[in-house]
Amino acid sequence: MPVEIDIAKVAKLATLALTDDELATYGEQLGDILEHAERVQALPTEGVLPTSHPLEMVNAFREDVVGECLDPESFLSQAPDAVEGQFRVPRILG
Amino acid sequence: MADLADLTIAQAGAGLRAGDFTSVDLLDAVTQRASATEAHLHAYLTLDHEGARAAALAADAAFSKAQDKGPLQGIPIALKDNMCTMGIETTASSKILAGWIPPYDATVVARLKEAGAVITGKTNLDEFAMGSSTENSAYGTTRNPWNTDKVPGGSSGGSAAVAAAGSAFGSFGSDTGGSIRQPAALTGLVGMKPTYGIVSRYGLIAFASSLDQIGPFSRTVEDSVSLLEAVSGFDPHDATSINARVPNFGGSLNKGVAGMKIGVVTELMGEGIDSQVIAATRAMADKLQGAGAEIVEVSLPSTEFALSAYYLIAPAECSSNLARFDGVRYGHRSDIEGTTEEMMAKSRAEGFGPEVVRRILLGTYALSAGYYDAFYGQAQKVRTLVRNEFSSAYEEVDALISPTTPTTAFDIGERSADPIAMYYSDLCTIPSNLAGDPAISVPVGLDDSGMPIGFQVMAPALGEEVMYRVAAEVERLADFTERAGLATSEVVLP
Repeated sequence: MPVEIDIAKVAKLATLALTDDELATYGEQLGDILEHAERVQALPTEGVLPTSHPLEMVNAFREDVVGECLDPESFLSQAPDAVEGQFRVPRILG
Repeated sequence: MADLADLTIAQAGAGLRAGDFTSVDLLDAVTQRASATEAHLHAYLTLDHEGARAAALAADAAFSKAQDKGPLQGIPIALKDNMCTMGIETTASSKILAGWIPPYDATVVARLKEAGAVITGKTNLDEFAMGSSTENSAYGTTRNPWNTDKVPGGSSGGSAAVAAAGSAFGSFGSDTGGSIRQPAALTGLVGMKPTYGIVSRYGLIAFASSLDQIGPFSRTVEDSVSLLEAVSGFDPHDATSINARVPNFGGSLNKGVAGMKIGVVTELMGEGIDSQVIAATRAMADKLQGAGAEIVEVSLPSTEFALSAYYLIAPAECSSNLARFDGVRYGHRSDIEGTTEEMMAKSRAEGFGPEVVRRILLGTYALSAGYYDAFYGQAQKVRTLVRNEFSSAYEEVDALISPTTPTTAFDIGERSADPIAMYYSDLCTIPSNLAGDPAISVPVGLDDSGMPIGFQVMAPALGEEVMYRVAAEVERLADFTERAGLATSEVVLP
């Protein structure tokens, strides 16, 4: 059974402005994919710890010394809109 | 006339050192090959003629002063376009990054430059490395040099196609669920995914950070070792980089497999795998036995759930990683009137292609409140089971073997409308990504339509030396000398 999902809510969470047609198509495809993915639920995993990462390492620290940094202009020049050393965005409130 | 473009890296390196030809000659040869084949293949997105020429001249100058930085000095190498190259457009084959010029080099790129390699250009991929055919590129489909009606595999299909066609001597791709090994298998190349953490991911545009690894494509196992050696090792810029001595990858290439115990993975030799692929895998297992290895069957029952787990874990990480593309710091910004949030949502919808949108939605759903435990959490537990089964297997055997792919190269368009059919292309390669272990594909023959068949060798974490030892024997036993139809000029050794 394809999985029923509230695709409009998912698109909003993902910050994707999709049309109604796109939502319908993706909703159907995701339902089919999740039907396959649901197979993972068939495997008994009681007492099994999740793996988020293949390495058994905790934190990686480096020496707290001053290093070289990128010139701000090198990445600001790649921004769609930048002024006075900062990224500029449209108004925040509706 | 001898065509230098068909030499292996080892042969080209020997010729450079003997003074038979120059790095500029090698660059001219692959550039000529690219001009002859690109109209058919569309494997390169960008050719950096100027930068490559400067690097080739620098390598020749170094040789003339007897300065030698190792096997890659003066060798033209191509890079998948999801690795940042300072001053050269890097798009990850997405419209959302069209025109983006990275202000820094990925560590892999910096190390290749330090090794004296000549970077020819950037190769096509499935957008953000999401796909198994290179049909998901926003800049057009790459074709297979063995048969241009077929896909080259993916997501590193461009890197595979250039190395198979001879428009680079080797190349680098990234492998999240098989994106190096699968296209290598489909184009008759050696393709290798290293142990997670031995090659820096700094400057690799992230897809699924706990799975992504950069690795090489080459025509021989020996060349694969040279390419991996040049780029591996600890990098303080990558918090997941292993701070340990890099293994001696090529230390056992000539030792053979006598006395080794090698396991055939039962679950990857049955349902869903093409009969010719199974037959070729069996035949090679028998040859390995003939060469003195003990071959045993190894059952890894959780691998049957690996694909399902992967298609929750990888999209979940992708949805998080790709949140950075919001039209603020780089990439496409929609020109709609509205708030910042509306601009972001529209920029993302305009910039991402369908497979990327599909995976972002899937991952967002799998991570969302109420579904996290049932999907993402459960998938992470399945990952633990897969890892445990591999660890237990390696207590019994030195290496595991299987087909690399369920089928040989499929037709362009054959699976592009069916995401699930496409996902099954990664059936045999995904388990090693979940485990974080090294794995390699070596060509072992052709099917009855003349398309290459790949054979996979898997080894435990940091077991590259063992993996390459078995791979080298597979290469000797297979004696696979066929070349892609688009690269069939005579090879004359230097």
